[in-house]
Amino acid sequence: MTLHPILAALRKHKAGVVLIAMQIALTLAIVCNAVFIIGQRIERVNRPTGLDESNLFLVTQQWVGAPGEDVPGGVDKLDAMQLEDLAALRQLPDVVSVAPINSMPLLDSSWNGAIATKPGDTQFRGKSVTRTTYYFSDEQVLPTLGVRLVAGRAFNAGDVVHQGFRDQRDPDIAILTKALADKLFPDGAVGKAVYLNGGNKPVTVIGVVERMQVPYAGGGDEVAWNSTLIPARLNANFARYAVRTKPGRLDDVMRAVMPALYKVNPMRVLDDDSVRSFGEIRDKAYRADLGMAILMGVVCLILLCVTAAGIVGLTSFWVGQRHRQIGVRRALGARKIDILHYFQIENLLIAGTGVVIGVLLAVGLNQWLMSHYEMTRIPVLYVLTGVLAMLAIGQAAVFVPARRASNVPPVVATRAV
Amino acid sequence: MFAYYLELALRSLRRSPGLTALMVLAIGFGVAASMTTYSVFRAVSGDPIPWKSAQLFVPQIDNWGPKDRDTDGEPPSAMSYLDATTLMRDHRAKRQSAMYQISPSVVPTQAGKHPLNVTGHAVYSEFFPMLDVPFLYGNGWSAQDDAQRAAVAVISSKLNEKLFGNVDSVGRTVNIEGRDYRVVGVLDHWNPQPRFYDVTNTGGFSENVEDVFLPFERAISVGLPNNGNTNCNATPKESGFVGLQHSECVWIAYMAELDDAAAVSAYRQYLDAYAKNQQKAGRFGWAPNNRLRNLPDYLEQQQVVPRDTKVSLLVALCLLLVCLVNTVGLLLAKFLRRSGEIGVRRALGAPRKAIYLQFLTEAGMVGAAGGVLGLLLTGVGVASVGLVLPKSISDLARLDLSLLVITLLVAVSATLLAGLYPTFRASRVQPAWQLKSN
Repeated sequence: MTLHPILAALRKHKAGVVLIAMQIALTLAIVCNAVFIIGQRIERVNRPTGLDESNLFLVTQQWVGAPGEDVPGGVDKLDAMQLEDLAALRQLPDVVSVAPINSMPLLDSSWNGAIATKPGDTQFRGKSVTRTTYYFSDEQVLPTLGVRLVAGRAFNAGDVVHQGFRDQRDPDIAILTKALADKLFPDGAVGKAVYLNGGNKPVTVIGVVERMQVPYAGGGDEVAWNSTLIPARLNANFARYAVRTKPGRLDDVMRAVMPALYKVNPMRVLDDDSVRSFGEIRDKAYRADLGMAILMGVVCLILLCVTAAGIVGLTSFWVGQRHRQIGVRRALGARKIDILHYFQIENLLIAGTGVVIGVLLAVGLNQWLMSHYEMTRIPVLYVLTGVLAMLAIGQAAVFVPARRASNVPPVVATRAV
Repeated sequence: MFAYYLELALRSLRRSPGLTALMVLAIGFGVAASMTTYSVFRAVSGDPIPWKSAQLFVPQIDNWGPKDRDTDGEPPSAMSYLDATTLMRDHRAKRQSAMYQISPSVVPTQAGKHPLNVTGHAVYSEFFPMLDVPFLYGNGWSAQDDAQRAAVAVISSKLNEKLFGNVDSVGRTVNIEGRDYRVVGVLDHWNPQPRFYDVTNTGGFSENVEDVFLPFERAISVGLPNNGNTNCNATPKESGFVGLQHSECVWIAYMAELDDAAAVSAYRQYLDAYAKNQQKAGRFGWAPNNRLRNLPDYLEQQQVVPRDTKVSLLVALCLLLVCLVNTVGLLLAKFLRRSGEIGVRRALGAPRKAIYLQFLTEAGMVGAAGGVLGLLLTGVGVASVGLVLPKSISDLARLDLSLLVITLLVAVSATLLAGLYPTFRASRVQPAWQLKSN
């Protein structure tokens, strides 16, 4: 079949052709970019924290009437209270291990700073300084969180000190994540010295863990796993405890926490938010990301449906308009399949023009988003998939009216309208 | 005549139910999707205090210098203790308040009840009149209470209900962080979103209602530590909360009320003079780099509106655009199908204007039907936003009268706009040609 008659016929329906092509172009541009954004959200949500997330929960509690850190002896009193709590939690049945910790991955409460290979360096330039999040915990931290040690050694009980929450002294030793260690010391970090927050005191790296995410969920991949572990219990009027339970015993242990802690000391705040499983922490951290992805997904779905409906509607109109001509063609010997193919090829031509314009629009929109929002360049694969999807939708939408056209009997040609 | 056109339109729409349904569905879904995302956008980008936001200003002082500035050259978004308290002491604005977020415990007086945790702010007395904070009982405290570091507190109606039941508790005692405070005021449901008076410490949106407000200097003197963000460009020399107060770390929010342009420029000069003085004294090794933005500008600069909502609003508007293009195509098909009818009407003497009126009426009807469907779907959409978005944001998205009116208006006017070109084409139909070909 030659294209000539199709093109000649299309010239008579300029407005309709332009409208369908435009609709396909706009849809392609929007859906490509929206799906790209959705994909990035999903990717972020699926980022591993490095923790063994099942059978893990976090207790956040606050003492009432506890001494302040500035009061003489206050820090020691606070530490004694924390040790009492830890002992009580470690004695609970079905508890595997417990560690005090100032924050957790995805908890959105963080202590951040700069880590450098040279003293006094805080300028984030070159490879010798980078941002990091500090986790303060004790020798139980790795088994409790389920974080795997890949080099050096873990903390032992003798390493662990305690200090006031606002006492920003530098530690003697630290454990880094592999992401951080590789950035600072490409040829092995264990035994090397790092300097924290522009300080001059060398801090020895004693171990490297495979992966541990920072508390804020929104960070890019370049900072997401930059964590530093410091062997210290932080003392303030509040404390957090990470608890690992035996498999399947999470709910029971979580229920047992409140009575156990009230028994140690009733003058404290423990409410609904105080005992949260890691699953809850993860859900809360990513709720906005997932919500936005769902919202945009729904909008995209509606968009595709509307475009398909538009093609069905306009092609139906054309079929009705050319009823007689189709009859004439059929009378002159065209088979049903020829009529079907005619409309399919016609749609392919229009949709083809649409997607060419659409690809340009999609790239343009992506450029605009990149300059106004933190977006990256859209991969060719997304655009290519979008092109194929639009062409397929066009063909699917045109099929019903085209089949109706192919069923026009040849006798229509002889009938007066 | 209009009634006749309505009847004609109705008859025409009934003649091709499939095409009509397609148009109504497209408009309905398009409008509903854009209105639902718009309701979220409106909720997060709304002015929290529209009657006064132009008079509220947030001063920023650069106490860190060029070394610790971000690439945009902005000074820190919060203040150090030294700067905030000096500005309070100088008292150059009509009203002003330094504030910091606190999260103390409250011990109920009833026996057997466990202590609870509340959030709130330590503020100065002028905070309440400056922000037009509504009171259910009593009032804020006085400037004298500020100066005397009085043990007074303003509590939320929620905390009032929890501690005292629904009664006027002014004059009664509440135990906050182990110390007794006299209640001087109970707030009347006040939970502005975004939490504009302290964006740096709340990130803008917060699910928690603020339960207690204490005098700033009282909170400092009893060592009630801050619970918000603390940013430091260097490790504080001393430890503890006192060390933080002596450091250049920033953790205090500040707001000032300035009534007219003269007051604003005077305050700006005052800030610059202050920074220059600090430079002379050797504390700042750089020229003044202050900012004084009014509230809307400050919220914009702090990017309080989540970026995602802007992008999704954009996507939804594009959806509306595609729906419009779609409607243009379908209306075109629908109108031109009736070329014969138009030809007859024109031949019988109907002017082009009559054709315009007839077909725009029809387009308007499609728009109205799409609008009603869109309204229902927007209702569904707004209700289900809560299922997917965080509570702090979805709670703000509401279907109110203005959203209803906007939805209908958008639907009808968009469809009329979409109907313009097809109507134009219909009015160009040549009567002679149509009559001949039939």
